[in-house]
Amino acid sequence: MKIDVKRVAKLANLELDDEELPKFEKQLEEILSYFDKLKEVNIKDVEITSQVTGLENVIREDKAAPSLSQEEALSQTKSQHNGLFKVPGILENE
Amino acid sequence: MNNLNNLTIKQSYEYLNKKKCSSVELTSSCLEQIEKLNPEINAFITVSELALDEARKADELRSNNQELPLLGIPIALKDIYMTKGLRTTAASNVLRDYIPQYDATVVRKLKEAGAVILGKTNLDAWAHGSSGENSDFGPTKNPWDREYVPGGSSSGSAAAVAANLCAAATGTDAGGSIRLPASFTDTVGLKPTYGLVSRYGIIAMASSLDSIGHFTKTVEDSALFLNITAGNDPFDATTTNKELPDYTKDLHKGIRGLKIGIPKEYLAMGIDKKIKENFDNALRQIEELGAEIIEISLPHTKYAVACYYIIQPSEVSSNLARYDGIRFGNDRSYFGDEAVRRIILGTFTLSAGYYEAYYKKAMQVRTLIKRDFEQVFNPPAGGVDAIIAPVSPTPPWKLGEKLDNPLRMYLSDIFTTTANLAGIPGLSVPSGFINGLPAGFQILGPQFSEKLLFQIGHAFEQTQERKILDI
Repeated sequence: MKIDVKRVAKLANLELDDEELPKFEKQLEEILSYFDKLKEVNIKDVEITSQVTGLENVIREDKAAPSLSQEEALSQTKSQHNGLFKVPGILENE
Repeated sequence: MNNLNNLTIKQSYEYLNKKKCSSVELTSSCLEQIEKLNPEINAFITVSELALDEARKADELRSNNQELPLLGIPIALKDIYMTKGLRTTAASNVLRDYIPQYDATVVRKLKEAGAVILGKTNLDAWAHGSSGENSDFGPTKNPWDREYVPGGSSSGSAAAVAANLCAAATGTDAGGSIRLPASFTDTVGLKPTYGLVSRYGIIAMASSLDSIGHFTKTVEDSALFLNITAGNDPFDATTTNKELPDYTKDLHKGIRGLKIGIPKEYLAMGIDKKIKENFDNALRQIEELGAEIIEISLPHTKYAVACYYIIQPSEVSSNLARYDGIRFGNDRSYFGDEAVRRIILGTFTLSAGYYEAYYKKAMQVRTLIKRDFEQVFNPPAGGVDAIIAPVSPTPPWKLGEKLDNPLRMYLSDIFTTTANLAGIPGLSVPSGFINGLPAGFQILGPQFSEKLLFQIGHAFEQTQERKILDI
């Protein structure tokens, strides 16, 4: 199986140096071909398991409770402005 | 005993209660051992400056007749457990200077039980790894022989307990990250049933697999510890609502008449000769204790690693998407190679056109692996009470040996990933040494059968002598 590491990295918002690509490509392709093992398993009519202990629809009352103060919430950011998180622009200027 | 840091939880409790020592003395003895050994072993990323204050407070409470199960007992936390005000890095440069605003539920419970927090232990960054070498803070070394890996990802916690830097330490196990290092360091490691212990405040790796457990010096300590950490948490919707037993009860009941299964697939899968020999010895002991050994079959075992290394990176790619360097931590350029590999792999297996062939298929194979265990544990069909198997197919390897070959590293999880895929508990128990390096085996049982695992582990442990690493 071929993997376009550059394209997938972009999807995952990772920037890789071009010289790193061949190494990752080789390693990931080796791993992906190991996954071919699963091709021999018959999974016809088999359900998926996503909640392994079988819990379903766990709900609770929607009740307000104490939470972090604004100051605490902002305490770990490196970019803030007027008591808010400052984020990079996502729309380009026309 | 001269060295207080060698004590188990149970012994520490007795020493403190009988006033043979204070928590300040006990904690100081651990801190001295950390100071002496950590530069070499690299088990701790951060040592808490508040440990002695906490010990003083514990001594005060005890003199006021306060009774708490861990009052004044020094423990360490894998550095993936959020600790309010104490740096938490996940051993990644992304979180190199991150100071959490709140405690993980388990950390809160341990503090409420009176534990003294010595500090935060090293790991493979984000818990990705089987050797401890993927840490951005340098590899942890195996205290029994520093040229060897201690196993991962909970490398620092295993090494810290083995080298008596603390009485016990926490870990996480999504594919073997507690059991493997426990077997490599002569410590007892518990991977509880999925959902028995809260994941809240523990940095998420693979949310459908992550199990929150611990390392101790004895099986009894492991049961004592689980009594504190287990239970429902409104902050983690996947935690169980079941009424839970006292895990220390029935420890001494013995194992006469129990049926114990040996999965024939495990032993057919290319296992080191010395490991096989060590396992056969353990098997003989268990038989002598009166258990009936029965060969069983878990036919889908050979697909577990492929299944695991699709599901795990898929969930990793989703969980690590939150690290954007905006609200906390550094940006995504700070991820190390292994995190990059898993993010890319997971993004790929979840992407349009590949989801069905990889992720969905793996989740279906997961069902078959889970069914294998259900079948084997099914009493009306003549099922067994528990299973025992080796933890690792090989003894510990040398630092650097598998670093350039991720697939080879992944294959060291061949015997451990099945328990996570099936959500069942596993207890890794020491079974002696091979050429000076520790070995261990795991006891697996049905979901929520921890009490039985402790009963079996304790019975076996009584046939062994606890070897204290004297360094």
